[in-house]
Amino acid sequence: MAKSKALLEVKGLRVAVAGNEILKGVDLTIRDGEVHAIMGPNGSGKSTLAQVLAGHPAYQVRAGSATYAGKDLFDLNPEERAREGVFLAFQYPVEIRGITNSYFLRAALNAIRKNRGEPELDPIDFLQVLEGKLKAIGWDDTMMNRPVNEGFSGGEKKRNEILQLAVLEPRFAILDETDSGLDIDALKTVANAVNQLRAPNRSFLIVTHYQRLLDYITPDVVHVLADGRIVKSGGPELAHELEAKGYDWLRDAAMVS
Amino acid sequence: MTSIEAHVQQPYKYGFVTDIESEVVPPGLNEDVIRLISAKKGEPEWMLDWRLKAYRNWLKMTEPHWPNVKYGPIDYQAISYYAAPKQKPKLDSLDQVDPKLVATFEKLGIPIEEQKRLTGVAVDAVFDSVSVATTFQAELAKYGVIFMPISQAIREHAELVQQYLGTVVPANDNFFAALNSAVFTDGSFVYVPKGVRCPLELSTYFRINASSTGQFERTLIIADESSHVSYLEGCSAPMRDEHQLHAAVVELVALDRATIKYSTIQNWYPGDEEGRGGIYNFVTKRGKCAGVNSKISWTQVETGSAITWKYPGCILQGDNSIGEFYSVAVTSHKQQADTGTKMIHLGKNTRSTIVSKGISAGRGQNTYRGLVKIMKGAEGARNYSQCDSMLIGDKCGAHTFPYIDVRNSTAIMEHEASTSKIGEDQIFYLRQRGLSAEDAVSMIVNGFCKEVFKELPMEFAVEATRLLGISLEGSVG
Repeated sequence: MAKSKALLEVKGLRVAVAGNEILKGVDLTIRDGEVHAIMGPNGSGKSTLAQVLAGHPAYQVRAGSATYAGKDLFDLNPEERAREGVFLAFQYPVEIRGITNSYFLRAALNAIRKNRGEPELDPIDFLQVLEGKLKAIGWDDTMMNRPVNEGFSGGEKKRNEILQLAVLEPRFAILDETDSGLDIDALKTVANAVNQLRAPNRSFLIVTHYQRLLDYITPDVVHVLADGRIVKSGGPELAHELEAKGYDWLRDAAMVS
Repeated sequence: MTSIEAHVQQPYKYGFVTDIESEVVPPGLNEDVIRLISAKKGEPEWMLDWRLKAYRNWLKMTEPHWPNVKYGPIDYQAISYYAAPKQKPKLDSLDQVDPKLVATFEKLGIPIEEQKRLTGVAVDAVFDSVSVATTFQAELAKYGVIFMPISQAIREHAELVQQYLGTVVPANDNFFAALNSAVFTDGSFVYVPKGVRCPLELSTYFRINASSTGQFERTLIIADESSHVSYLEGCSAPMRDEHQLHAAVVELVALDRATIKYSTIQNWYPGDEEGRGGIYNFVTKRGKCAGVNSKISWTQVETGSAITWKYPGCILQGDNSIGEFYSVAVTSHKQQADTGTKMIHLGKNTRSTIVSKGISAGRGQNTYRGLVKIMKGAEGARNYSQCDSMLIGDKCGAHTFPYIDVRNSTAIMEHEASTSKIGEDQIFYLRQRGLSAEDAVSMIVNGFCKEVFKELPMEFAVEATRLLGISLEGSVG
């Protein structure tokens, strides 16, 4: 099979938070339509990678580059990245009082549509877009009339992230520990929704601590991040190997390198 | 400064000065000045006597310093107590209003010309110490509704003014109320007769223009039995390095089954980042639910003034009467606000609701101070209070002083309070979904204030949301 075009190319990326270097030289290439998983122990820098790609201001890029769809990713502010199709499903989604889920999601979709040169959707048109997407995550529209994430359970917040992913149809989706805190049914629902969204023009970076999400979403490539570096990459079988052996053998490898 | 703070601390948009020839009484306060004001207004003797009595009381009073605000001493002899644009002595129609004044109000978004008027809203436009125009007066008169400058009402409806003036806020109520009673210049008078639902929103816009002056307006609204009225006031002032005093008194009287809805959008000049200049807004507002099943509802959006000191309250005298207070108070730069409400329950089964939203940014200090008092005879009284504070940045402050005084054991009281901080994580979440930083802040602040904004008349909800840099859609989503 001929290799598709690279969507994201990260080279020698070093990133610090509050003066501490967390990523110490990451190289990563993700091609159109590929699903990559980043695994690793706590504190290895998985979430840092997710946040810096999305542009969180607390994460400073010290060295290296990231090219996304031919553009310098670090030249774009967070909203520009979002409008260019970078989506981050947050590990800890925030609550927004007094703003309904529906209003928020329509505002987000319209910001992105505007960037694409498409007309903005009014509430009626938006409802039609929403209808099918809600079914995929097993919701009805009552969840849309509640304030964003307010009073949502951990599982509901994660489903809400996936709903946003489905509605905003990004080109590059980063899932940051979306599986944490989900029971098995919710995990399957989320995995199914993600699988339905897999497409030749959409790539995924799935950050996870456990292999269990990868039982339902089969990645093309699995990377192991330890101590701020990718220490091993392989096919889906690597996830199983990690499940059996744990992370320590890789961490030791990273220390000596 | 973070992007959030930069966004919240937008420059003041209403700081221009109108170049107009004014008649200004020299600074200083004494009985002669009061006589002069009274004479300029063509007032009857009883009114002058009332003023002088208030003044003599005021001389014996001391300025209150219990509010949680700091400011230098005020020199009451350095203030001019009367300033009015020079104009023709007698106006036959609005067309004769000085074009500069018309232009000023137009610039403020308050067109007073016949063709450009806001539909559905009657406006009394007050410039320094005088009312320059009141729209739709004739139309309202068809319904028996009286809406006019209070100076005119004192001349034309003396019996009504005399019956109610000072009955809710006595002339010696407090230091600033006493000062106002002595020197008040203009403001609005409203009377809605029995059974009439006022067909228009009534509105007064207060503009301070002259320097070294104070503005002391007085508003009196009477809703007769089974009537209904919705009233809104707005205000602004030029940017100056000096502080200017604004000490108003507002009295509301609701008789049996009457409803008064009073909304304020307060946007006096707040001073600059260093706290230079800005209005001292020391105001006494109170409503009396005198009749059974009456209702008074206060809604305020306070974004301006260097210092705000006001507690719009309700005396719930009639059985089953209802008092409400919905407030958004924003302090940024070095603004200070000590604001809240007083709900005094006297009648049986009286109910009150308090929803207060304080937003502090920059080095602003925001204090909620509220009193809920249930008197002995108030069987079955209920109060619900909710005080929420939002902090933007780490140099501002939020303070809450709720006082509760219950003298009847059948009362049911609920109080909820919260403090939250708008953080980079919240902003980042919204930006990651494609919204600009400005839209993100707007959305968060708007959501926080939603319970208050939905109480504003539609026409003014737009103004309020715009004042906070917010799109209206967010609040109705």
